[in-house]
Amino acid sequence: MIKSALLIGLVRGLRGIGHKSIKGIWRFGAGIRLFWLTLMSSGECFRRFHLIIREVYFTGVMSLIIILVSAFFVGMVLGLQGYHTLQKYGSSEAIGVLVALALVRELGPVVTALLFAGRAGTAITAEIGLMKATEQLSAMEMMAVSPIARVIAPRFWAGVIAMPILAILFSMVGILGGYLLAVPVIGVDAGAFWSQMQANVDWRHDILNGVIKSVVFGVACTMIALFEGYDAPPTAEGVSRATTRTVVTSSLAVLGLDFILTSFMLNV
Amino acid sequence: MTSNIVEIDNLSFGYKGRMLHQGINMAFARGKVVAIMGGSGSGKTTLLRLIGGQIKPSKGEVRVDGQVVHKQDRQGIYKLRRKMGMLFQHGALFTDLSVFENVAFPMREHTDLPESMIRDLVLLKLNAVGLRGAYKLMPAELSGGMARRVAIARAIALDPNIIMYDEPFAGLDPISMGVVCDLIRTLNDALGATSIIVTHDVEETFRFADYIYFVANGVVAAEGTPEQLRNSDLPFVHQFVFGEKDGPVPFHYAAGDYASEMLGYEA
Amino acid sequence: MDRTTIDLWVGIFVALGVAALLGLAMKVGNLTTNNIGETYTVTANFENIGGLKPRAPVKSAGVVVGRVADITFDTATYEAVVSLSLDKRYPFPKDTFANIYTAGLLGEQYIGLEAGGDEAALVNGDKITQTQDAVVLEKMISQFLYSKASESTDDKSEKSESTKSDADALGSSPLDNIGKPSND
Repeated sequence: MIKSALLIGLVRGLRGIGHKSIKGIWRFGAGIRLFWLTLMSSGECFRRFHLIIREVYFTGVMSLIIILVSAFFVGMVLGLQGYHTLQKYGSSEAIGVLVALALVRELGPVVTALLFAGRAGTAITAEIGLMKATEQLSAMEMMAVSPIARVIAPRFWAGVIAMPILAILFSMVGILGGYLLAVPVIGVDAGAFWSQMQANVDWRHDILNGVIKSVVFGVACTMIALFEGYDAPPTAEGVSRATTRTVVTSSLAVLGLDFILTSFMLNV
Repeated sequence: MTSNIVEIDNLSFGYKGRMLHQGINMAFARGKVVAIMGGSGSGKTTLLRLIGGQIKPSKGEVRVDGQVVHKQDRQGIYKLRRKMGMLFQHGALFTDLSVFENVAFPMREHTDLPESMIRDLVLLKLNAVGLRGAYKLMPAELSGGMARRVAIARAIALDPNIIMYDEPFAGLDPISMGVVCDLIRTLNDALGATSIIVTHDVEETFRFADYIYFVANGVVAAEGTPEQLRNSDLPFVHQFVFGEKDGPVPFHYAAGDYASEMLGYEA
Repeated sequence: MDRTTIDLWVGIFVALGVAALLGLAMKVGNLTTNNIGETYTVTANFENIGGLKPRAPVKSAGVVVGRVADITFDTATYEAVVSLSLDKRYPFPKDTFANIYTAGLLGEQYIGLEAGGDEAALVNGDKITQTQDAVVLEKMISQFLYSKASESTDDKSEKSESTKSDADALGSSPLDNIGKPSND
């Protein structure tokens, strides 16, 4: 009796795993398909660039405050922690290098992408999900207007444009935060702070690679948010779940992609 | 050119083994207001989607203006849809656009008209539904009846040949209902279009429709002019028209024997 | 919201982004400080490059004049072949000397160039023949221990050469010894 119950439990568990994997793969494929359709219908949306500009406003400009404030604090914390450790080795003027490299190479793109997923990504998912639930997308289809070209593609490109800009601003403001902490507060020499930074931060290998990362994150985060919204069941519960999934999936995707990109960039 | 603008021929459709429609035949004559009636869940709205080419039939075909809808490619379907206007159940206004922009949307997408002409046309359409004064409002600021009327203005923005209404009366107060009802009739006659109305609101429909189809159990159960149907002795039509609780459409969902289930016997 | 307002905000947003990128490039990065435009490449063989990495700076008199472009291994001589991209603005004589130095005790390793007296300059594809290997800390320590050990076993010789060994310990540590050119 117990044995058979165990067996049934095991089979049920395996079935659950199988179901989840199939669903996951199916969703991944559907996401790629949406990505492809979006790219295919991007021509029209570039001809009507004001659609993209409008979405850049909603994803980029509206995320500016949260990005800048977080960047400032992240920069100051980096400065504080860096100083605390570096002064043990008598090299506290290297604080500028530490703050700049950490921000430009990793924290700028990654933290921006995570914040973006939370701020703009969820907004996109909820908006698209609600448009679907209230039949706005259907209505568009019936008006012979492709929702992918009119709704999805502009938001996609807006995200891809906004993300690197936000990441660059994040790095810049973070470095300013580090500077404000290191130079006036702690008393590190301003000249040493900047010169060490300039000697060790490489334009192409550090700054440009960071920008490339944030472009990739922009593609991933925006596409995930759009797909979750487009794929959401047209109910209040479905949309709220999709919004949660956007944050979870985007965060995992950003961190995973970051590892892959970093390992490629350090090798080359 | 036939006199029917939309023809549905032996149409079957269903999801995953459950057939919603099993061989439906309908014809919609030009210039008429035709209603499709039936109980909830009888696949009325799905019929509109089939006409609009949003889904493909399992069997049979829908012809719009002589062209088979599901055999068109994307371009072809979009071309057909430009002849159609559709009012969705809850209006489906674009919530991020103002009333003016909602009505202007189809014009901006499909025409290259100058801004001044778009403005004139939009105000014309809004005037037709009596909401010219509300053009600045956002959809969230409208009442249900007003939203429905704006959606009608949007549906007729490009002067379609076919106007489809999905439950145009659902959730409206009697006054709004009367307004929408009159609008459907007057717009139909003014535009020379054909109106297809999906509804289960008997009284209003019988007042203004030219022809009515009853859909039940996946087939056309009855059809005719309001006059013919009112005098029909078909039990189903009688039940529906007079709103009787029990009849050919049972009150109870198919279930086992009540007494035995209550007494705890395994069915 | 009005379209012109949105346009304005997005314009500010993008301008801020571009300004920040320029700021990063100029103030934080090394785009201005060592803008290596056109380069020429020379190679140098080392028996041991220690921890030298591609992109490590190439300095002469403390000024960055180029970067390590590539490091490969020559199976014929069993030596490391290091390609250096040097700035076109800085020509070096044919008999330039290449050392591998360490910045500080534990810092990154870089290549130092010391100009010779030859009148012909290095051109693209040339090879620097005179090189000095990297300091390997383990080697240095073992040498130091070995010399200490020999000091303690050989008292007599230590006494007679005490002044010299003192000077060794103070002035020219093993570090300096290895740093000097060797022609073996």
